[in-house]
Amino acid sequence: MLRRLAASRSSGLAALALVVALLPLALQNAYYYEVAILVGLNAIVCVGLNLLIGYAGQISLGHAGFFGLGAYGSAILTARYGWPPLAAMAVTTLGVAALAYLIGRPILRLRGHYLAMATLGMGIIISIVVATEDQLTGGPDGMSVPALSVFGFAFAGERVWYWVVGVALLVAVWVARNLVDSPHGRALRALHGSEVGAEVAGIDSARHKVRVFVISAVYASIAGGLTAHYAGFVTPAKVTFFHSIELVTMVVFGGMASTFGAVVGAAVLTTLPQALTLFKEYEMVVFGAVMMLTMIFMPRGLVPTLAALFDRPEGPGKASRDAGGGGIRPPAR
Amino acid sequence: MTLLRVEQLSKEFGGVRAVADLQFSIAAGQVFSIIGPNGAGKTTLLNLLTGVYVPSTGRIWFEERNLTGRAPYEYAACGIARTFQNLQVFFNMSALENVMVGRYLHERCGLPAAMLRFPSLGRAERETRSECEKLMHFVGLGAYLETAADAMPYGALKRLEIARALATRPRLVLLDEPAAGLNPTETLEVDALISKLAKSGITVVLVEHNMRLVMGVSDHILVLDYGRQLAEGSAEVVRRDPRVIEAYLGAAASAEPVSAGGAP
Repeated sequence: MLRRLAASRSSGLAALALVVALLPLALQNAYYYEVAILVGLNAIVCVGLNLLIGYAGQISLGHAGFFGLGAYGSAILTARYGWPPLAAMAVTTLGVAALAYLIGRPILRLRGHYLAMATLGMGIIISIVVATEDQLTGGPDGMSVPALSVFGFAFAGERVWYWVVGVALLVAVWVARNLVDSPHGRALRALHGSEVGAEVAGIDSARHKVRVFVISAVYASIAGGLTAHYAGFVTPAKVTFFHSIELVTMVVFGGMASTFGAVVGAAVLTTLPQALTLFKEYEMVVFGAVMMLTMIFMPRGLVPTLAALFDRPEGPGKASRDAGGGGIRPPAR
Repeated sequence: MTLLRVEQLSKEFGGVRAVADLQFSIAAGQVFSIIGPNGAGKTTLLNLLTGVYVPSTGRIWFEERNLTGRAPYEYAACGIARTFQNLQVFFNMSALENVMVGRYLHERCGLPAAMLRFPSLGRAERETRSECEKLMHFVGLGAYLETAADAMPYGALKRLEIARALATRPRLVLLDEPAAGLNPTETLEVDALISKLAKSGITVVLVEHNMRLVMGVSDHILVLDYGRQLAEGSAEVVRRDPRVIEAYLGAAASAEPVSAGGAP
């Protein structure tokens, strides 16, 4: 049931839109709005990262770098050079896309641990540059960013930003699901399944890997730009290696190769630390325990595991068994 | 008419010559079989003919185009498709999606059109889907359309790879041991399928251990031993070649005729 819901393109998106539309009824004060906005921004990054990790099967431990470049690029262009925020975000995103292309071409030839190391190195270099170029970035102290304004209308306050991020998330999910459900998405999943199999079927795997790397970097960069303008302040904390790991964890926790899994993963892992503050100094212990138990009992991630559970009575599992028994396979005796 | 031509083809792995100085051509419309004992270099040759390996020396011509050193997807774009001995199925997808991947080359769909879901894409996708469903029926997988690939039995997966290869609309299909691990009934079905392919005008290159299958369907047979060309010709010629008999059964047995497929 849940899987069918997730499988049909429009109904899944409609469900997410409904959640975004109705959530404000449960948000009692500005703090709740703040957490919801944070969830949305992380979810945008994760939806993009999931295209790379979950669908194409490539790892990146440096996406906080792209997020940071998006945030700082927009911050520097608006604060230091007086650009209008939308133009700053657009130019920054193009710049990040170009950079991701240049970096991606050589390093996506690597596989497994080597790709992880290369992206890790890339992320660390970006974070060092951000932290040390203090004339431009303010260094470890960070820098303040002008508010997002479009044609004189300034976006300010949590309630306004909730809708900005909500709409951005819906667009991000819509685009990602369109991509997955197209020949290009099939090509990505194919090279995840078997790279040589995909190649002999006519798919240029190197080209597709670089493309999805660039797309995921663009997602991160846009989320970074939005974060900078929303918070009005950027610090190197969000550019660190740890944030990269956090992002990957959200994708894996929610369920790889599931766009809604990425959203759910971002939602759970962003809100959980807030909810766990009542455990005070044991917060991280409980957080770790929840993570471990989830991955032990739901190794495929939250959403795919739950979807399979709800699906069991009538889903593809049974259909395939029927086909195996009553199909054309001759008896193996 | 020659479809594929190979000149002085060799492949070395750290000094070991897995394939050495091969020279042959495959005529259009033939069923061309490659046989030989284990380790003779059959699969290496198939990997060379599809761009998976780059030859150490020599050239590969397809319809008088030099494909030497090109990537596998470029071979596919020229009309060469293949299956694998050790399956290369996309186990993270459904059976039908596996076949639809094979149509990638023929789908004119830009990245913006895919991401913004232009209406034309929906029509193209429906067409692809129905075409691939037909292909699955053609190879005898009509019952598995929506089955997840990882839930399919071995024999069906072998045919799934054939369907995926056919989806690329190839002129040349290379089948690497399509009958390995199949029971006699399934082998007969593969036999019939190969004949069907040949009849539909597709040239087939067959690597196979099952001699009964090979002798039955082949127009032309190439025998390899230690990477070298041992013999070449029709089934009748190869069957009587003393060098082939020796390679397969040892010198002592060369007085005996080669039996087809282990018959007494």
